[in-house]
Amino acid sequence: MKSVTVELPNVDVQRKLFTTRFKADKTSHLSIRDVDVCRECKDKPCLWFCPAEVYKWEDERITIAFEGCLECGTCRIGCPFDNIDWRYPRGGFGVQYKFG
Amino acid sequence: MPEKFDAIVVGAGPAGITAAYCLARDGLKVVMIERGEQPGTKNTMGGVLYRQMLDEVIPGFWKEAPLERHVIDQQWWLLSEDSAVKFGHRNSEHDKEPYNAFTVLRAKFDRWYAQQAVKQGALLITETVVTRLLRDSAGRVIGVETDRPDGELLADVVIVCEGANTLVLEASGIKPKPRADAMAVAVKEVISLPREVIENRFQIQGDQGAVIELFGDPTLGMVGNAFIYTNKDSLSVGLGAMISEFQRRRVHPHQLLERFKQHPVVAPLVAGGEIKEYMAHMIPEGGYEAMPPLYGDGFLVCGDAAGMVIAVHREGSNLAITSGRLAAETVVEAAEAGDFSARKLSAYREKLEQSFVLKDLRQYRHLTPMMERSPQFLGVYPGLLNRALQEFLTVDGVPKRQKEKQILRRILKERPVTALLGDAYRMWRALG
Repeated sequence: MKSVTVELPNVDVQRKLFTTRFKADKTSHLSIRDVDVCRECKDKPCLWFCPAEVYKWEDERITIAFEGCLECGTCRIGCPFDNIDWRYPRGGFGVQYKFG
Repeated sequence: MPEKFDAIVVGAGPAGITAAYCLARDGLKVVMIERGEQPGTKNTMGGVLYRQMLDEVIPGFWKEAPLERHVIDQQWWLLSEDSAVKFGHRNSEHDKEPYNAFTVLRAKFDRWYAQQAVKQGALLITETVVTRLLRDSAGRVIGVETDRPDGELLADVVIVCEGANTLVLEASGIKPKPRADAMAVAVKEVISLPREVIENRFQIQGDQGAVIELFGDPTLGMVGNAFIYTNKDSLSVGLGAMISEFQRRRVHPHQLLERFKQHPVVAPLVAGGEIKEYMAHMIPEGGYEAMPPLYGDGFLVCGDAAGMVIAVHREGSNLAITSGRLAAETVVEAAEAGDFSARKLSAYREKLEQSFVLKDLRQYRHLTPMMERSPQFLGVYPGLLNRALQEFLTVDGVPKRQKEKQILRRILKERPVTALLGDAYRMWRALG
């Protein structure tokens, strides 16, 4: 993986997500198929390309903050091992854009 | 026994609403199924809606639709780390009715547009996710399954307008999961600013609008670009690049957006603004080669779900609208004949072939792959061009002939003559 040489600002994505309206369901619409696959995954690009930083690597496993998911689907396409079980939230739940 | 319709439309975006509108207008019993609380709550785009294609559906729509501004000023900026080379076009013809393009905010616009389809007689079901297509024993599509209890609906034909995330098409075995080099992810912020501040900064007045596409430094040379669009009292500021590019870099999309907003040529445009909403969406930029089958026994595919995006021209919603209209036209003909076979529905593809939709998609079929193979276009040239102009425009007593030589030497150092010629040929080929 190429490292970026330019300086990048620190961004608190939670502050951005605070501007977005969500109606969170009780259970996650996202799940990891096989936790061992993530352990073997060297780059873990999901920690980077997700625009809501839904995925974090904590205590040797991926955690999923599905409540802030923007439902773009990038992780489903971008996971190099097709290891994310991706569904839409139940009808009516999830992100609710005011402007779009 | 589930309820039976003439047609089911999956998804209330520009393609789906157009299809539902046209079918209901022509007297068919059509239901449109949307997963959001309202049409539009799940939908976003950069924000440019072209007039012509929607005008063919609802003549004079701009007089009543919730639009932001009509675009009179379009610019393309090539950015280095701290400078910009700017191209632009401002046109007073685009300032007159019927106008050429508008900026829109999709949550408002889609809600209005769906209401027009309902007024024509389409049934709208919200808060319902379509999970897959239903088939009969012969493999013909006969309806959809949803996430509601007893949530099966039947119809003579299903028009799939599910958008960039093609979960229904994939679950139904119609197309594979898209590749990371065929899909882009874009993030956007709606940033509020007083009307008069926007009008001063972008040299517009009244309902005039300006749009800027920015290339090079904003995406660190990755295949993609940034944009700034003027709304009435806000800016849509965003940035996107291919997912395959983000897979290779340890950078967050929103981090790039933050950096972009701090760029010296961008910061003065967004200064003092307040973020009203942050959003993200995928864009199917794989072009013609990445398109799924557009029809089959009992189904049609439109808009983003069909990969109908021409990234280089920032076009997508207009292709979606035209495809939705042509799908409806095909279904009306099929209903008259009582024949919803793939053979009958193949008329949809023929109509698309005769329209700008497949003509343009075919013309640019090599562009995305070429750009992905050629990082120099967005990674090297914007910087080179900026440095060349900086050198040429800095008056420091160095004779012009000497400056010209220095500029040429610098260019040739980064791109030798053979590479320059090769690039020119590649770009010429890819633009068809």
